[in-house]
Parts: sequence; C-alpha cells; structure tokens
Amino acid sequence: MVKKTLIATTAISVGALMLSACGSSDGGSASGKDDGKITMGFAQVGAESGWRTANTKSIQDSAKEAGITLKFSDAQQKQENQIKAIRSYIQQKVDVIAFSPVVETGWDTVLLEAKRAHIPVILTDRAVDSKDTSLYKTFLGSDFVVEGKKAGQWVVDNAKDADTNGDGKIDVVQLEGTTGAAPAIDRGEGFADATKANPAIKVVASQTGDFTRDGGKKVMETFLKTQKHIDVLFAQNDDMGLGALEAIEAAGLKPGQDIKIITVDAVHDGMQALADGKFNFIVECSPLLGPQLMDLAKKVVAGQEVEPRILTEETTFDQAQAKEALPTRKY
Amino acid sequence: MRKVLSHPLAWPAIALLVLLVVNVIAQPEFFHLRMQDGHLYGSLIDILRNGAPVLLVALGMTLVIATRGIDLSVGAIAAIAGAVACVRIAGSADESATSTAIAACALALAVCVVLGLWNGFLVAVLGIQPIIATLVLMTAGRGLAMLITDGQITTVHNSFFDKISAGYVLTIPLAIIVALAVLGLTAVLTRRTALGMLVEAVGINPEASRLAGVRSRTIIWTVYVFSAFCAGVAGLMIASNTNAADANNAGLWIELDAILAVVIGGTSLAGGRFSLTGTLLGAMFIATLAVTIPNIGIPSETNYLFKAVVVILVCLLQSPKARAALRIRRRVTPTPVSAPEKAAA
Repeated sequence: MVKKTLIATTAISVGALMLSACGSSDGGSASGKDDGKITMGFAQVGAESGWRTANTKSIQDSAKEAGITLKFSDAQQKQENQIKAIRSYIQQKVDVIAFSPVVETGWDTVLLEAKRAHIPVILTDRAVDSKDTSLYKTFLGSDFVVEGKKAGQWVVDNAKDADTNGDGKIDVVQLEGTTGAAPAIDRGEGFADATKANPAIKVVASQTGDFTRDGGKKVMETFLKTQKHIDVLFAQNDDMGLGALEAIEAAGLKPGQDIKIITVDAVHDGMQALADGKFNFIVECSPLLGPQLMDLAKKVVAGQEVEPRILTEETTFDQAQAKEALPTRKY
Repeated sequence: MRKVLSHPLAWPAIALLVLLVVNVIAQPEFFHLRMQDGHLYGSLIDILRNGAPVLLVALGMTLVIATRGIDLSVGAIAAIAGAVACVRIAGSADESATSTAIAACALALAVCVVLGLWNGFLVAVLGIQPIIATLVLMTAGRGLAMLITDGQITTVHNSFFDKISAGYVLTIPLAIIVALAVLGLTAVLTRRTALGMLVEAVGINPEASRLAGVRSRTIIWTVYVFSAFCAGVAGLMIASNTNAADANNAGLWIELDAILAVVIGGTSLAGGRFSLTGTLLGAMFIATLAVTIPNIGIPSETNYLFKAVVVILVCLLQSPKARAALRIRRRVTPTPVSAPEKAAA
C-alpha cells in the first residue's frame, strides 16, 4: 500500500495533468444523451501489472466496438485521484460512471453526488464497503472464493494423479498472496473449502509470497527443504507459481510431474508454463470484462434493472487447453 | 569471557548463531548440504545466495552511513537496474546472446552510477540533508522503473543473465562470490589505504576534516556513487533470480534491510566508525531470518511481528545500557529461573 502510494506520488503531477486535460478538452461537449450516444467515465486503479493493463485495454477496445464514448482516467493507485476523476465525470454529465475502487472504503460522499446527479455507477473488479447499496447499480467482477474452490476441486478430482509419491496422502503447500488482501484471503478459503471433500488432502505448509515471483521463489526454496515430500503446490497467482517453478527446478525436481502446480490468473507467462507442461492447472481470473461492462452500461442507461452482483465470465485451463488458447491470448 | 562479549561484533555473531540453532532445532537437516546437478544445494546456500543482494546494498550503505549520511534510494535504484537490463535484453535483436546480456548489464550499471552522481550532487554540493535528498529518488525512482518497463513484468530468456544469480563457480553460487568480492575490495580500499580513515573523519566532523585538508565533498560524492553501484549490482541479481524485472516489487524495502544490517553490525547511524565485518554479519542475520520464518512455520499473519520481536531483541542486546539494566536485575534475583517457581509456591 505504502509502496503504491509512493509510486503514485511520483506520478501525481502526470495524473493531475491528464485529469485537467480531460476536463478542459471535453468539458464543453457534456452529455451524450442528446445525440443518442452513451458516454462512459471510467476511473482505473492504475497500471500496476500486466493484468491491469489488459483490463484497461479490454475496456477501451470494447467501448469502441460498442460505440460508447469512453472518458478514461488512471488514478495511479490513489483514491483521491479517483475521487477527483469521478467528480469531473459528474461535472461533465456523463451517462454512466464505472470504476475499480483502489480501496474499499471512503466512497459514500462522491457516490452520493453521482446519485444526486442521476448518473448510474458500476463497480468493476473490486467492491466498495458501503452500507448503502443504492449508491451503485451493480458490481461486475471475479469471485475469489470460487477461484479458490475451482483450484481445490482440481486436486479432489485428480487425487490419484496428484499423489505423486503414491503414499495415499496428498501433501499440499500453499503460496499465499499479500497478507490481508481480499484475493489472498478468499482464494485460501475457497481452496480449503473444496479440499475438505477428501481427507487425504492436507495443506502441510502455507506462507505468503506477496504475489511476487521473488517471494514465491524464496518461500518455495525453504518449503522444498523443510517438507519431506510435496505433492501439490497451490500458488494464489501465476507470478508466485513462476518463481516457485525455478526453485523446484533448482532442486532437481520436475515441476508438473514431481510436484503438481495449480495457480490462479492465467497471465501470458503462466499460460506459457502451463502449455510447456510445467504447470498443471490454472484458474482464470479474467481482466477482459470490457464487453460485459459495455452491455451493462447500455442496460443501466436504458433504465433496465440489472443484478446487483455479476460474475466475470471465467474459465479454467489444463495443459491441452492452454496450448490451444495461447496463440490468441490477449495478455 | 567478558573480553569476548565486549567485542563489538560479539552480539551480532551470537544473534546469528542463536538463529541458526533455532533453525536446526526446528529442522534437524538444516545444515545438510548435498550436490545437486554439480553444485551445492541446501538451506545454507539459500541464505548466502539470497543474502547476497542485501549484503551488497548494505556495503554501500555502510560507507554512506559512515559519512553521517543515509541512502534511501537503493531499492528504487535496484529496481531501475533490473528494469534497464531486462528491457534492453528483451528488446534486442538477439535475446539469448551473451554479448547482449553483458551490454545490457553494463548499461544498467552506468545508469546507476549516474543516479549515484545525482544523489551525491544533492548531498555534497547542494548540501541537502541525505534523508531528503535520497528520498527524492526513492519515490521517483520506482516511477522511473515503471516507465522503463511500461508497468509490465518483463521476462527475459538469456542464459548469461540467468547465471548472475543462478550460476555456479566451483559449486558455489556466483552471486555469493560477487558479493564477497565486492566486500573484499571494499575492505582493502578502506582498511589498507587512507580512504577508510578519511570516510570516518568526514563522518565525525565534515567541517573539521575539510579544514584539515580532506576533500570531504569528493569523499561524500564517491560513497553515494559506490552505494548506487552496489544497489545496481544487487538489482541485477534480483532480476536475474526470477529472470524478470518487476518494477513494483524488485528491491522493495531493501534499503531498510540494508540499514538494519548496518546497524546490527554495530555501525552507528551518527557516522564515524564503521565495520564491514559487522555489516556482513548483519546481512547474513537478515537473510537467515527470512529463511527462518517459513522453516519454523510462522503463520503469514504474524511473520512481521516475529521479525520485529527478533530485531528488537538483537538491538536491546547490543545496547550497553539495556545490558547493564539486565545485569543489575540479575544481581537482585540471583536465580531468575527459580524465581517464578517460588512465586508459584
């Protein structure tokens, strides 16, 4: 968090410039209602990862396809920038506002302003923690618990295969995400929940790798030395899995065979590892929610009722599917 | 015994030993080394290898601190070094060529030297307080690294670059050899020439040393460049470790680890005397602590707390006042172990 703030401070001036540019050039053109075209204001978190960049691109591309005028701002991981952006959208009288909240709390005031201006709000990817659910129309994003469950289900379904040393016990080590982050907590919960179905499956060690390759590698190095045998590795994102991969190879073991590896995300490097047979299973956490978002935007602008919680369309990949999907993968 | 304990390096050495013993108790095979694919493999090797970047950064930091300064920008500089090298390799025509990797690493280190010159300029010429001067690059540097990598994790495939951290010479990881070589070189330069004394003189009283004819400005400038260079090499090691440049996370908080290593090693933040051996012990202590957490199975939620408690204990042990207080209490209750028993009875 502090890190992100620090990065953000370096870019505040840039962000401010972007915002002011946005305001000055588009300020006069106002609402699209008169010409029948929808104008959407989108306040993105930042560009902190490949996942996020793919997310941004998906939204920009699908807006163009759907004929929606998109006003886009990058908050550089700062809530205040995002609030500024949303206020400027309200002033510009856009038809719909969408954003991925940087943090969960502190949105009530600005969302109330949007509500009073009769501009519907759609949340994407991350939720806000507010008692007043009338402040936004819907929340479009992944369910991290379901992702964890899908990962756990794979171990249950492939129990025989996953028991690499054939001792009847499936020893799992887990690389957790950033301690306290929603995806880390929820994916862990989902995984534990799904693997309850088979008492032979046991998480023998679990430690945070901070969602980074370096963290994943270092923790896995120690796991490989402290655990007598590891059957399965569950890494809560691709990057930690990729780091762990190197540790496993350095230990003279074959990832994907001696240790089965399950990860979440399905970014390009992870999919490559899966296609190469080094990962066994990836649960997708898709950033490509642009098309769904545009559909929703059209619906809420037309005044139709939408579900308050909508899941991103996501899938899972095994090695064969990864090989097939890799050439057309967008991120 | 008292003589041994009064040696400035006794306490960091004891702390390191205790930590290793804790690990062995938790995992009896902790010291076990075996040959794997023609190189040594074991927890101790991990500690040395993963401790190499911290050691390098801490070496640069030791000299900076000895001049009464501090360099907060090393983490960001490490990230920039990794970013420059990886983007350069990934963008070149022949990604897997050794010459590409060497050119990219040279470029990355050159960039780091320039950043060091900038830090030195702010501190030595403009006279800005070191903590503020280097804070500029600490915050801006990561943004710069993000700009270089375009906010992406840049993955590279180059066998030479991979060897910087995963390579072995005579069964020993290259990263350790590089770090120890820099340590050796620094030791020779500062202890066998007058340079070390001059650095200490500047740290104790810059004005007095200037009046005595020491070119304190040049000395200060040099230590910041050296610190940035060390951070650059560390950054290359970190990037090489995963064959990727992660501008967001590479070298994150390594400046704090380095400062901690320096302090544990007995170098005073007030400047003046410094100990390179102490820094080595401090860096190894931090690397061991990192391995200890997963080794003894501390849950993720409490691992920062665990680290904090251990570090506080070590700092207390080092403080003469805290030790004196402990000694007095011991005299009051000659058998501290039996005291609670009595109370219970």
